[in-house]
Amino acid sequence: MDVWFFLIQLLNGVQYGLLLFLVASGLTLIFGIMGIINLAHGAFYMLGAYLAWWLAGLTGSLVAAVVLSLPLAALVGYVIEALLVRTLYKRDHLDQVLLTYGLILIFNEAQRILWGNDVHGIAMPTAVNWSVRLTETLSYPVYRVILSGICAALAVVMYVVIAKTRFGMWVRAGASNRDMVAALGINVKLLFGVVFAVGAALAGLAGAISTPISSVAPGMGDTVLILCFVVVVIGGVGSVKGAFLGAMLIGLADTFGKVFVPDFASFTVYGVMAAVLLWKPRGLFA
Amino acid sequence: MTLHLPKRLAIVLVVLLAALALFPLWGKLVFAAKFAFLMQKLTGIMILAILAMSLDLLVGVAGLVSLGHAAFFGLGGYVLAMMSPQYEAANLWVVLPAALAVCALASLVVGYLSIRTSGIYFIMVTLAFGQMGYYFFNDSKAAGGSDGAYIYVKPTVEAFGITVLDLEQKLTFFYVALGVLVGVYALLRMLLASPFGRVLGAIGVNEYRVQGLGFNPMVYKLVAFTIAGTLAGLGGFLAATQYGFVSPAMLGWHQSGHVLVMVILGGMGTLFGPVLGAFILELAHFAFESMTDHWLLPMGAMVIAIVLLLPKGVAGLLLQWSKGKGAGE
Repeated sequence: MDVWFFLIQLLNGVQYGLLLFLVASGLTLIFGIMGIINLAHGAFYMLGAYLAWWLAGLTGSLVAAVVLSLPLAALVGYVIEALLVRTLYKRDHLDQVLLTYGLILIFNEAQRILWGNDVHGIAMPTAVNWSVRLTETLSYPVYRVILSGICAALAVVMYVVIAKTRFGMWVRAGASNRDMVAALGINVKLLFGVVFAVGAALAGLAGAISTPISSVAPGMGDTVLILCFVVVVIGGVGSVKGAFLGAMLIGLADTFGKVFVPDFASFTVYGVMAAVLLWKPRGLFA
Repeated sequence: MTLHLPKRLAIVLVVLLAALALFPLWGKLVFAAKFAFLMQKLTGIMILAILAMSLDLLVGVAGLVSLGHAAFFGLGGYVLAMMSPQYEAANLWVVLPAALAVCALASLVVGYLSIRTSGIYFIMVTLAFGQMGYYFFNDSKAAGGSDGAYIYVKPTVEAFGITVLDLEQKLTFFYVALGVLVGVYALLRMLLASPFGRVLGAIGVNEYRVQGLGFNPMVYKLVAFTIAGTLAGLGGFLAATQYGFVSPAMLGWHQSGHVLVMVILGGMGTLFGPVLGAFILELAHFAFESMTDHWLLPMGAMVIAIVLLLPKGVAGLLLQWSKGKGAGE
């Protein structure tokens, strides 16, 4: 095992972690601010991937497909919040779990009706279908670098928006005390709607940009959903910083788990989570 | 938590139970060709209802939302599969206590580690342990890996050399499942009425006050977790006996989530609610599936409609109905 191989795995782990962060950040904000356990968040990821695949087929361009799928995913998120989720804010968390479980069923069936049961893939656009040569035998695909770049850039944008802008202030305040924010005269309804829509859009974007490196298949949202819950809980619910750290941890644990202990690869992620929670029962940043 | 059922509701439940118990008589006339299939279906639902009730002890009574409960269900089944000789019948008096003991021990350990956390963190820790169980059986070659394992011959129930029950008989097994369902319900009802159950229910409402009263909530939670895990194992043992097959999917989070939905949909903390939830969800699934290929659509719509219209589940509606009309009695 030489240093280049290790580096490639490290890059893969970081890239996977960044992608998970994109989905998990929305999930943690939706829970932290609105108190909603959104099981349908994985469905937004799936929606993004299917929209990208479908639109790429129509337009012939992956970039156009990704750009178009973004507002569509946001719109779907906003409509769901306005029509259904909004009625349940005062209810028990478990009622929301049940509602979003129902949404998963509907999303999965809608996907089957609209796009069928087949596993699809998007061809890597030729412009980015090349690899960076590292050594004689090892190279790294440039699309993964671009993917990491997009995710990292969005993470920075999120940091700036949340830490430096007025909207970000509302979001932070909402995460620590919802009722107080409402009492201060901020339009909480709108804030909730926007956060939900942005969360959906981020998850959708993650699904859309990952299409060239992974397949578009039924049930793809479920795996991501569970991993993102793991990420959110490790980081501490409601903390975007925590979600980032948790996503890195899980991305690396999953990648290196597959390399070093292939027989127990799926075990590593949950092992890491159990260890973190037994050490810090409320996550790293909570 | 409901301790005493209103009379009107009790009558409805008894009538439903009687209809179920007599199904082997009237089902044959009404459903004819589909009868055998429905018998199997109903037996399976009763077993799931046992699992749902055991989860209700945690979710609805103690306020511990577990998303890994199916792990003990699967474990109970796997113990039977691992202990059954390949071409002979296992002795029920050996394998059943063994399965229950293993599940009790596993839930004691998992519970001890999990109850340190609460709220959504508890959900996630139990999910993590559940998934570990799933991958343990999925990755282990001895237990058949992802293909699962078969139980070719069902355990025998013998006393003094005489076969008491023949579990291969579909009809016998139907009544065994029904008996266990009613037995577990009665057991949990008694448990809830006992001082232990009262404290456990109080923990579900306000843990700090219970602590203030001088009880140690951790002990009560751990005991509840162990009881629930053991009963889930009993359900899994029955499921493995019925299908003659166990697979890692029995332990996975899909199964745990499915049962949790039964509990919430039926009405948490009522014990009979989760049983109704199991029947409603499974029978709706069956009905929608036979009507359309796209059965998930009406299924999802039904779940959403119930959560929007019935805040306390189906049991809440029934309780309201029986109290409202029976107020004068």
